[in-house]
Amino acid sequence: MSRIDDRFADLRQQNHRALIPYAMAGYPDYDSTLKIVRGMVKGGADIIELGFPFSDPLADGPTIQNAATTSLNIGMTLSKYYSMLDEIRDITDIPIICMTYSNVAYSVGYDRFIYDMQKHGIDGIILPDMSIDESKEYRDISAKYGMDTIFLASPNSTDARCSRIIEVSDGFLYLVAVYGTTGAQMGVQRYAIDALLRIKGMSRDLPVGVGFGIRTGEDIKLYVKNGADALIVGSAILNVVRDAPHDIETSVSRYVDTLKRETTEGA
Amino acid sequence: MSKFGDFGGAYIPETLVPAVEELQQEYARFSQESSFRSELESYLKDYAGRYTPIYHAKNLSKRIGGAQIHLKREDLCHGGAHKINNTLGQALLAKRMGKRRIIAETGAGQHGVATAMACAALGMKAEVYMGSKDVERQRLNVYRMKLLGADVIPVKAGSRTLKDAINDAIRDWITNVNDTYYLLGSAVGPHPYPTMVRDFQSVIGEEILEQMGVPDVAIACVGGGSNAIGTFHPLYNKSTKLIGVEAGGSGLDSGLHSATLSAGRPGILHGMLSYLLQDDTGQVLETHSISAGLDYPGVGPEHSYYKDSGRVTYSVATDSEVADAFTTLCKTEGIIPALESAHALAEAIKVAPTMKASEDIIVTLSGRGDKDMDIIRRYYEQN
Repeated sequence: MSRIDDRFADLRQQNHRALIPYAMAGYPDYDSTLKIVRGMVKGGADIIELGFPFSDPLADGPTIQNAATTSLNIGMTLSKYYSMLDEIRDITDIPIICMTYSNVAYSVGYDRFIYDMQKHGIDGIILPDMSIDESKEYRDISAKYGMDTIFLASPNSTDARCSRIIEVSDGFLYLVAVYGTTGAQMGVQRYAIDALLRIKGMSRDLPVGVGFGIRTGEDIKLYVKNGADALIVGSAILNVVRDAPHDIETSVSRYVDTLKRETTEGA
Repeated sequence: MSKFGDFGGAYIPETLVPAVEELQQEYARFSQESSFRSELESYLKDYAGRYTPIYHAKNLSKRIGGAQIHLKREDLCHGGAHKINNTLGQALLAKRMGKRRIIAETGAGQHGVATAMACAALGMKAEVYMGSKDVERQRLNVYRMKLLGADVIPVKAGSRTLKDAINDAIRDWITNVNDTYYLLGSAVGPHPYPTMVRDFQSVIGEEILEQMGVPDVAIACVGGGSNAIGTFHPLYNKSTKLIGVEAGGSGLDSGLHSATLSAGRPGILHGMLSYLLQDDTGQVLETHSISAGLDYPGVGPEHSYYKDSGRVTYSVATDSEVADAFTTLCKTEGIIPALESAHALAEAIKVAPTMKASEDIIVTLSGRGDKDMDIIRRYYEQN
């Protein structure tokens, strides 16, 4: 049982769903990221997704692209990312997922990358451009270090494809709720609900998280009603940060709290 | 085959998987169909102007000394570059697949122009992503695309060049995956693009064999590497020495270059595992070249395989060597080459004197240089 598995087991007992807010490490700067994370914990986040920037984030819309550029421009590196994780681990044992792109892991070497991530308290990894077909070595090494590999499914993934994704995913399956990049299109699409129902029918014990385009409590309520086990909120958090540069921790905490209220069925 | 040794593959967001699988299946099906092949052949002949000639550059050969330099005149293709070989193939495929919306990326603008032409000829609409830096330095091609009925979408992210245009084209494809065909312009990207683009460009090397037999040396420039792979692939099992030439910019030591195979290491970008210009933690580096068409930090995965296997030698030509080769060809033969193609010429000028007068070098002259007038004029004003 990983820390992510434990968290889902606890939530299930309380009839809660997981709220997973996203921050980009180094956006708007190093210290502010720590404030954002504290705000998330205070606001009731269940798991945190901490992005590591990549120069060419082709699954991301303008908000996360800009955050990545800012982070790289202020000199974010893997060693700074690890120091940041160490500081976060001093204040919380919340499960943390690293999201970045395949080349970051490949470039450092899968073994070195996953070992370091694990050592600094990362519980799971999301690489949006790591197709399951190319993932054998990455998964084998992750298994060696007890790292959860979270894979994505899309509304246009066939049943056969979804079965394979479910088979290789640890922690949870990440359903991409829109045709598009992160944050580019807000709101809940009918096809996303259909995909959620279809995948929930196949996923058995593996929790299903939904992300891309979630902004409001209403969005969350709709996904929860249709069986989502986790809700991932990315670009909307970064927009809150952008709009409240002087009071980041409180703004994030309030926003996360508002969303968290909707993660209990019938709330 | 989705891989070239370890290189290639399809490192893509899940949303693109059904589209890429459909493309693999449809390409495999149509490329075997005789009606598809004969339709493409007739477009290549009557519309693009193939065969392209091989010209024995006697004046140039005499000036340089040593081997005989021959030019494969892809610059005489309709549109002024080899790009049309690929865009006609893919546009015909898109049409047979029932796709109505075509998107493409372009660097120097040659692929954008060739896409706009093929789409106009086949009654389709093209939208072309182009880095805003390239929009500035290739204004003539932007206007040509618009005249041909294409929409040009400037990309302001990142280094504002070809790499960023590909990023945004992929993002568009993810967003409009159900009705959109991505007409990729080089032998890069996820499988099956590197194979498909190579197949469509192999007409270059096949014609060379037919027209002059097996040359002693074949030289082509490499950005993404489509004209080079089209030249090399049919010659792969022959005795020809194959040389790919990358953009050396201000020199490899300066850091201002686009010499992926010479100075990069394997990495994952744009859906493929291939050599990549990147820093220690995998961030993709900005590139520099006098020619927008070679200004790309990645390279086709088959070239990475050819490099590691040792079958092909990859060298570099610096901006100043390229400018010299450019003017030399203008003055000796009355041919204005594209700056991209001038990289291959610069290498031929280095290699020819080491060879015998009875030996033959074929240089793929991938495009004509009309588009580069402003750049070369400014270069000589500053140097």
